[in-house]
Amino acid sequence: MAKFKKKTKTSESIPTSALPDIIFMLLFFFMVTTVLREQEILVEQKIPQATQLQKLQKKTLISYIYIGKPKNTALYGSEPRVQANDALMNTTDIVQWVNRERDALPEADRGMITISMKVDKDVKMGPISDVQTELREADARRVLYASVGKVVRN
Amino acid sequence: MAKSKSRMSQEVNAGSMADIAFLLLIFFLVTTTIASDKGILNVLPPKLDPNNPPPEIDKNERNIFTILVNANDDLLVEGEYRENADGLDEEIKLFVLNFGAPDEDAQALFNSLPASLRAQAKRDPESSDHPGEAVVSIKTNRGTSYEKFLEVFDLAKKAYFDIYAERVNLDTDEYRTLTGKDEAEEALIDKGKEGIPMAISIAEPDKIGS
Repeated sequence: MAKFKKKTKTSESIPTSALPDIIFMLLFFFMVTTVLREQEILVEQKIPQATQLQKLQKKTLISYIYIGKPKNTALYGSEPRVQANDALMNTTDIVQWVNRERDALPEADRGMITISMKVDKDVKMGPISDVQTELREADARRVLYASVGKVVRN
Repeated sequence: MAKSKSRMSQEVNAGSMADIAFLLLIFFLVTTTIASDKGILNVLPPKLDPNNPPPEIDKNERNIFTILVNANDDLLVEGEYRENADGLDEEIKLFVLNFGAPDEDAQALFNSLPASLRAQAKRDPESSDHPGEAVVSIKTNRGTSYEKFLEVFDLAKKAYFDIYAERVNLDTDEYRTLTGKDEAEEALIDKGKEGIPMAISIAEPDKIGS
């Protein structure tokens, strides 16, 4: 009988003092994994869908180039423009930009520079081919056509 | 006075700490955009050297699978008009695996393939000689939409990845996610590709009608 009495002594409330720690751990996880966008994108970006996506192993080798219709059409016109880093540029400046990006990489990786082309769906092939010609000129021949996964319908 | 002080609880109430942390957590959850570096990899041809023009390659017409896309996003596949790209991946697969006139090496390659792939070889003399010779050529117009181009390119890649994956007995998705981070993965990738180069040629877009 005495055994039953003992039970009533246990406290019924769950200790919640460790809860903030758990939440903080979650918070730190998200803070660490977050990549804040350090640049403003000045062109429209509706990324097309594809199925055969590949992921690159080394993210440091990727440089991004954005192509699309400028968001501010009053200032930049409605023709597709190229954006790299935080400013719009002409296709003729791409070689220079690629060389700058390549110089920022460690010596051993320079040949492996990959350009991720984030191109808006509505852009025509003309401007893209112009950009690719410049990339060939700059000898940055690995290109990644950025796209998002497509749900396959059966 | 002194007595009333001692009655006060000594510890700080930490119960609302969780709420504060939750608020911060939700803020980060909402503002986070996880950067995605996924896409379709392509390697551009080297730049043209005016002193050293590329050698003229006379490939037989039967070894080239031509896909033309015009400014209206219509397709012309091997001389046949079609409105959409459905089923193109299967056709490319059959074209690559045709083995119309294999030489000695190609015959050895053919014998090394699993039975399911060997069964797809039609040995049509009008189609590609063997996978080493087969080239898929995609030609666009300057007015072709990027979306259509990517769709066609995607399907061409899919055809090759299907073949590679079937060869090493994997799912296409599984094969594609191999990154070659260790030797076993690298060996698997090489085994899939061996003898069947991914020959997708992207021609310069023409300027007519743009």
